[in-house]
Amino acid sequence: MADKTMVKGNEAMAEAAIRAGCRLYFGYPITPQSEFTEYMAKRLPEVGGSFLQSESEVSAVNMVYGAACTGRRVLTSTSGPGFSLMQEGMSYIAGAELPSVFVNVVRGGPGLGDIQPAQSDYFQATKGGGHGDYHAVVLAPGTIQEAVELVHDAFDIADKYRTPVIILADGMLGQMMEPVVFGEFRNLESLSDHLSWSLTGAKNREPHKVTSFNIDPYELEKMNMRYQEKYKKIIANEILYETSNMEDADFALVGFGTMGRILGSVIRRAREEGIKVGLFRPVTLWPFPYDALREAVADKKFVLDVEMSTGQMIEDVRLAVGDSLPVHFYGRTGGVVPNPDEVLRVLKERIEEVK
Amino acid sequence: MPTVKTFKPPKSLSGKEFTYCPGCQHGIVHRLIAEIIDELGIQERTIMVAPVGCSVFAYEFFDVDGTVAAHGRAPAVATGMKRSLKDSVVFTYQGDGDLAAIGTAEIVHAANRGEKITAIFINNAIYGMTGGQMAPTTLLGMKTSTSPYGRAAENDGYPIHVCELLKETGGVAYLERTTVNTPQEIRKTKKALKKAFTAQLEGLGFSLVEVLSTCPTNWGMSPVEATEWLEENMKKEYKVGLFVDKVGDEK
Ligand SMILES: Cc1ncc(C[n+]2csc(CCOP(=O)(O)OP(=O)(O)O)c2C)c(N)n1
Ligand code: SF4
Repeated sequence: MADKTMVKGNEAMAEAAIRAGCRLYFGYPITPQSEFTEYMAKRLPEVGGSFLQSESEVSAVNMVYGAACTGRRVLTSTSGPGFSLMQEGMSYIAGAELPSVFVNVVRGGPGLGDIQPAQSDYFQATKGGGHGDYHAVVLAPGTIQEAVELVHDAFDIADKYRTPVIILADGMLGQMMEPVVFGEFRNLESLSDHLSWSLTGAKNREPHKVTSFNIDPYELEKMNMRYQEKYKKIIANEILYETSNMEDADFALVGFGTMGRILGSVIRRAREEGIKVGLFRPVTLWPFPYDALREAVADKKFVLDVEMSTGQMIEDVRLAVGDSLPVHFYGRTGGVVPNPDEVLRVLKERIEEVK
Repeated sequence: MPTVKTFKPPKSLSGKEFTYCPGCQHGIVHRLIAEIIDELGIQERTIMVAPVGCSVFAYEFFDVDGTVAAHGRAPAVATGMKRSLKDSVVFTYQGDGDLAAIGTAEIVHAANRGEKITAIFINNAIYGMTGGQMAPTTLLGMKTSTSPYGRAAENDGYPIHVCELLKETGGVAYLERTTVNTPQEIRKTKKALKKAFTAQLEGLGFSLVEVLSTCPTNWGMSPVEATEWLEENMKKEYKVGLFVDKVGDEK
């Protein structure tokens, strides 16, 4: 059995990336993720990797583009304002089909906002914050242990589908400490080399060209349709979610990431008071587990979606559930994290309405 | 070193037909770069980063691995490549809008870091691809579609001098401004390009060659008038010459 170590979320994700075979990091400091960048600065040289503090997040994402062109594992991490600056580059990366991993440790917005935890970058991450018809896979860890595992999986998904993958964390996950078990170091030789398309110098082969560009609309449409075929495969194979206490529940709570764990304590308290409530926690935010959510809540009296925003995932929850049962929302925003007491109170108020 | 004059295209050009207007000097510079890649024997480890601009198809014209960066971001893309593959030879090819307006931060910091890449900078004092708008390099008084009354310093600022700006950054190993109006100047540009690539190969740091270049189409001139205009106007504003050379002389 591997040992458990107490680690801060940001550092745990960074170590997980290195163990997953990432040897290239480009990033720009921003709270609440700076420990990620600092950890990489210290750790990457120890494992023969390359760390670079870029002049901006605009540059960071384009360095990721360049490094990903060479077929090697690469990651950048940031928070909301920096993630906004990366959106042009992400669109190019999605269009050029470059495997790469992004970590957004979300803070309160819009604008400069604050440095407290938030989930208000959900739209930006899941609906494509950049221009054009594209998606990135979005993974939302609820604990540091899960973050470590998802960072590992993120690289495999990125390689398998030649796609950007986003870890959508928040300031709480980034800053808190938890005991974690790390995976083994991946053997770099075992990783996908992408030699069939990557830019490594055209030695004994025809030159490779990697672009998101085609001036002929019919050809560009074909490229877009190819992306869509890939997205269908991702939807078919990669959806992840977790349910708890749903079997006998009368009511369903829905929340992702940090909110999911807070809803866990809401459920414990509610059940102590005899309220039968369960949890549905999407882990992939894109692709969103529409079918699984619909089935899981089909026999419930209502759904209460709780977010650290004014309501973004709620749109997908409503799409999943349709008009078959009421979908309620509760959220705090600007970096305020809903506490279990207030969520329990809201839950009881909604229950009163059904009685 | 004697240069053999033949009209055989260099190996490092793909043979795809250029998309440039008649009299445009982009094509001359392409050919020179390809000849240098051949002469240095680095075709198999070269990766090129095309810009957004008239030379957006440059990645197709060179017979090497290539990509197109977002507008202005080629130095960052090249940085990512070079940091990943230290033995590769990476060059960007950029216009003046790409390099000196939207991509100013990227080029300054790549230069300052001494990133071991080579940038070929085509300064034609205008935005070619989007149809003749003002560039940061547009001359004072010069009329473009977005400076219809002529570029005025109080509104638009001054023509930007990239070599003069970059020469103060610590990481630059080779920096020269040239032209390709005459056979002698073409030969000089070729020599500069060779030194720029050599700086990279020897791991000395960042290298850039700025080529003053014509855009007959958007200057509204014939190719011959354009070379004359470049001679009389651009060369006055942008002094041709060597700014930094840490390579040392050719043996
Ligand atoms: C982010 C972004 N802004 C604007 C454009 C539009 N655009 C394409 S090329 C160009 C200017 C190119 O001029 P220059 O770099 O001087 O190259 P030239 O075409 O003259 O060779 C502009 C503004 C773009 N593609 N992307
Ligand atoms: S528009 Fe100008 S820069 Fe572009 S190809 Fe034509 S002449 Fe050359």
